[in-house]
Amino acid sequence: MSDSRPEDNEHAIDASRKNESTPSHDDHANGKTGPVGDPKFVTTRVRIKTDLRFRRMCILTASASVLILVFLLGSILVAGIPALNWTLLTGYPEPEPENAGMWPALMGTLWVCSMCALITLPLGVGSAVLIEEFTPRNRIARKAFSLLQLNITNLAGVPSVVYGILGLTAFVSMFTIFDDGEDIGGPSMEIGAVYYDQFSNLASDSFLNTDNTGARERYFLIPVDSRDAPQTVPETGMLAYENQPSGLTRVEVLAIDPFATDPPTESDQFSRTIDSTSTPGRISEKRWYYLRLPFGRGVVAGALTLMLVILPVIIISTQEALRAVPATLRAGALGLGATPWQVVWNVTLPSAVPGIMTGAILAMSRAIGETAPILIIAGIVYIRSAPQHLMDDYTVMPLQIYNWTSRPQQEFHSIAAGGIVILLAILLTFNAVAVLIRHRMQNKLQ
Amino acid sequence: MNSATTEDRAIKQLDLQVQALLGRNRRNLTLVRLRESGIFLCLIGCGLFSLLITGSIIFVLASETATFFRFQEVTLSNFFLSADWTPLLGDTKSFGIWALISGTFLVTAIAMALALPLGLITAVYLSEYAPRSVRNTLKPILEILAGIPTVVYGFFALMTITPFLQDCYSGINVYNAMSAGIAVGILCFPTVCSLAEDALQAVPTPIRDGALGLGGTRFDATVKVIIPAALSGIISAFLLAIARAIGETMIVALAAGSRAQVTLNPGDEVQTMTGYMVQIAGGDVSNFGIEYYSMYAVAFTLFSITLSLTMIGNHVRKKYRETYD
Repeated sequence: MSDSRPEDNEHAIDASRKNESTPSHDDHANGKTGPVGDPKFVTTRVRIKTDLRFRRMCILTASASVLILVFLLGSILVAGIPALNWTLLTGYPEPEPENAGMWPALMGTLWVCSMCALITLPLGVGSAVLIEEFTPRNRIARKAFSLLQLNITNLAGVPSVVYGILGLTAFVSMFTIFDDGEDIGGPSMEIGAVYYDQFSNLASDSFLNTDNTGARERYFLIPVDSRDAPQTVPETGMLAYENQPSGLTRVEVLAIDPFATDPPTESDQFSRTIDSTSTPGRISEKRWYYLRLPFGRGVVAGALTLMLVILPVIIISTQEALRAVPATLRAGALGLGATPWQVVWNVTLPSAVPGIMTGAILAMSRAIGETAPILIIAGIVYIRSAPQHLMDDYTVMPLQIYNWTSRPQQEFHSIAAGGIVILLAILLTFNAVAVLIRHRMQNKLQ
Repeated sequence: MNSATTEDRAIKQLDLQVQALLGRNRRNLTLVRLRESGIFLCLIGCGLFSLLITGSIIFVLASETATFFRFQEVTLSNFFLSADWTPLLGDTKSFGIWALISGTFLVTAIAMALALPLGLITAVYLSEYAPRSVRNTLKPILEILAGIPTVVYGFFALMTITPFLQDCYSGINVYNAMSAGIAVGILCFPTVCSLAEDALQAVPTPIRDGALGLGGTRFDATVKVIIPAALSGIISAFLLAIARAIGETMIVALAAGSRAQVTLNPGDEVQTMTGYMVQIAGGDVSNFGIEYYSMYAVAFTLFSITLSLTMIGNHVRKKYRETYD
C-alpha cells in the first residue's frame, strides 16, 4: 500500500486541473472566498501545494539524518584510518602517542562485558518470564506486577552516570561496612594473595656501586604473613627469593650496614648483599582466584555496575520477544498437561530464543560502548596490563578513547580516532549479527 | 494358592512391562510441585532484584546527600538559592546548584531545538509518506545512529563541530555549549524519531483512511487527524528525549567545558551536572572529602529531574492515550 503513495498525489493534481477547466466548478475551486464565506476555507490547489511542500521538507529532513551519519562516520574514518596499525591494537597505553596501544583496554572490555553478560542474562530473562508468563491471579499480585513493570520502565530512563554513582557506593566500597577505619577503600578480607617485602641489593645503589665488579641490580623477595605484617629487618641467610624467568628461586642473601662495614668486594657476594638499614617495599602476588571484600575498583565492580545499566534493556527486549510467541503454542502445551514452568522451558523460551538473543546482543553492544559509569567507578588510572584476576584494575576501550581525546596533544586525538574505528567495527559486527538473527527469525515465522 | 501366586507374578510382570513401555517410573507429583514453586520463587527473586535496585539508588543518594549537608561549609540555602558553583576554590567554596542546572538546561535546550522538530518530521515521513524501500533503508540508519557510543559523539563534537563553529563565528570558545548541544541533539534524534513513529503507527488505519477519503491530502490527514490522535505518545517521546539529554554525560564532559556559570550565550563554556560528576570522579580529589559527597548531591538532583520526567512521560502516554475500541 505504501508503495503506491507517491502516485496518488499526481492523480490529485490532475483532478484539480480538470476542476479548473470546467467553468461550473470555478467559483468553488478557484474562488477567493469559500462556498459559504468561511474564512478558513482553503482551496484544493493550495492544500495540495502545502502537501507537496511538506513532502519535500520531509525528504530533506530524512536525507539530513543520512547526511549526518555519513558526515559523522566519514570524519572519524578520515581521522582514524591513518592511525590504525598493529601497535594500536596490541600495544600498551604508553605516554608517547606513536607507541601507544589499547591492548589492556581491549582485554578489559572483554573481561568486564563477558562477566556482565553472565550475570545479567539469567536475571533479566528471569524477570521478563515472571512478568510475561506467570499471570497474577489475585488483585494484590496484579498490583505488585504493575509496580514491577513501572519500576522497570523507570529504571530504563535513569541516566547511566547515576548507576555509576550507585556502583561506587554499593560495589566499590560496599557501603563502607567492611572498613576498619585505617585503610579506607583497602581490602579487609582477601583470599589468594601472597605478600612479599622487596629489597634491592647494594649494586642498585649508584653511590655504592662505584668502582667494582659490574654487579647488576637484583631484587629479593621475602615472604611475609599478611598485608599488615611488620616490616622485615634484613638478616644474613634469611629466606629470600628472586624473580627469575623460571619462577621464584631461593637465594642466599647477605645483610650488612654499608656505613659500618665495607661491602664484600667479590662480585657474586656483592650482588647478593642488601643494606641492613633499608626499608622494603610491600608487594603482592595474586592468584587467578583472588577475592577481596569490598570489591574495590576491580573487574567485578565494573561488571556489576554495567549489569545495572543493561538489566532494564534486557528485561524489556525479552518481554517483547516473549509477547511475540503465539498464545496457541502455550495453550496447546498447557492442554497436554504441562506445568507452567514446563510450558516456559520447553515451549515459550525455545521459540523466543532468537528474539532474546537479538535483544541481548544489542544490550551487550550498549555495555561495550558505555563510558560514564565505568569512568565514575574506575576513574582515570594508568593501566599497564590486561586484567589477571577478577579484582584486578582495568580500563575499557571507551574510557581509553575518552582519556586520549581529553588530552591536548593532536597526536593523541588521531590515535583516539583510530581507537574509535576499532570500537565501531566491533559494535557494527555485533549489530550485524543481531540483524541477521532477526532476519532469519522473520523468515522462519513466515 | 499356587494359582494366586502365578497370577500375582503375572500382574507384576505386566506392570513391569507397562513401566518399561512408558520408559520410566511414574513421576512423583509432590516433587514436580516442589520444583515448580522453587522455580517460581527464583523468578520472584529476579523480579524483586529490580525493585531492590531502585530502592538502593534512592537510599544511597539520599544518605550520602545527607552526609554532604552535614559538612559545615554547606548550607541548604546556599545549595538551593545560589548560582555560584565553586567547590574546588579553597576558601570561597560555594555550592549553588543553579549554576549546574542552568548549564544543563542550556545544552538540553539547544539539543532539543534540533532533535524534536527534526525527529518529529522524520517520524511523520517514515510513518505517513515514505515508500517501503525508503523505510527499509532509513530505519537501520537510525538504529546505527542510536547504537554509536556517546564517547564517539563527544569526540565528534570536540574535533569536528567545534572547529566548524569557530570557522563560522570567531567568538566561540574551544569548549562551548553549542557544539555539545548539537551533538546531544544528534544523539537524541533517533530516540525521538522511533518513539514518535511508534505513536503515529499506533493510530488505526481506518481513521487515516477516513481523513483521506473525505478529500484531505496526506498533510491534512497528518496535521489535523493523526498527530492529534497520537499526541500523548509524541509528548511522551519528547519528555523521554529531554530526560535522556539531561542525563547525557560523555559529550558534555568532552565538549562543554568545566566552568560552572549561568549564561545564555551558546558560545560560552558551561558545566552540566553530569560534567561535574565526571570531573570529580576522573580527577584526583580525595575520597570521602566534601567534593566527593557533593557528587552525590548533584547526582540526587539529576536523578530527581530525570525520574520525574520519565514518570510524567509514561503517565502521559498511558493516561491520555486515545483508544479506539
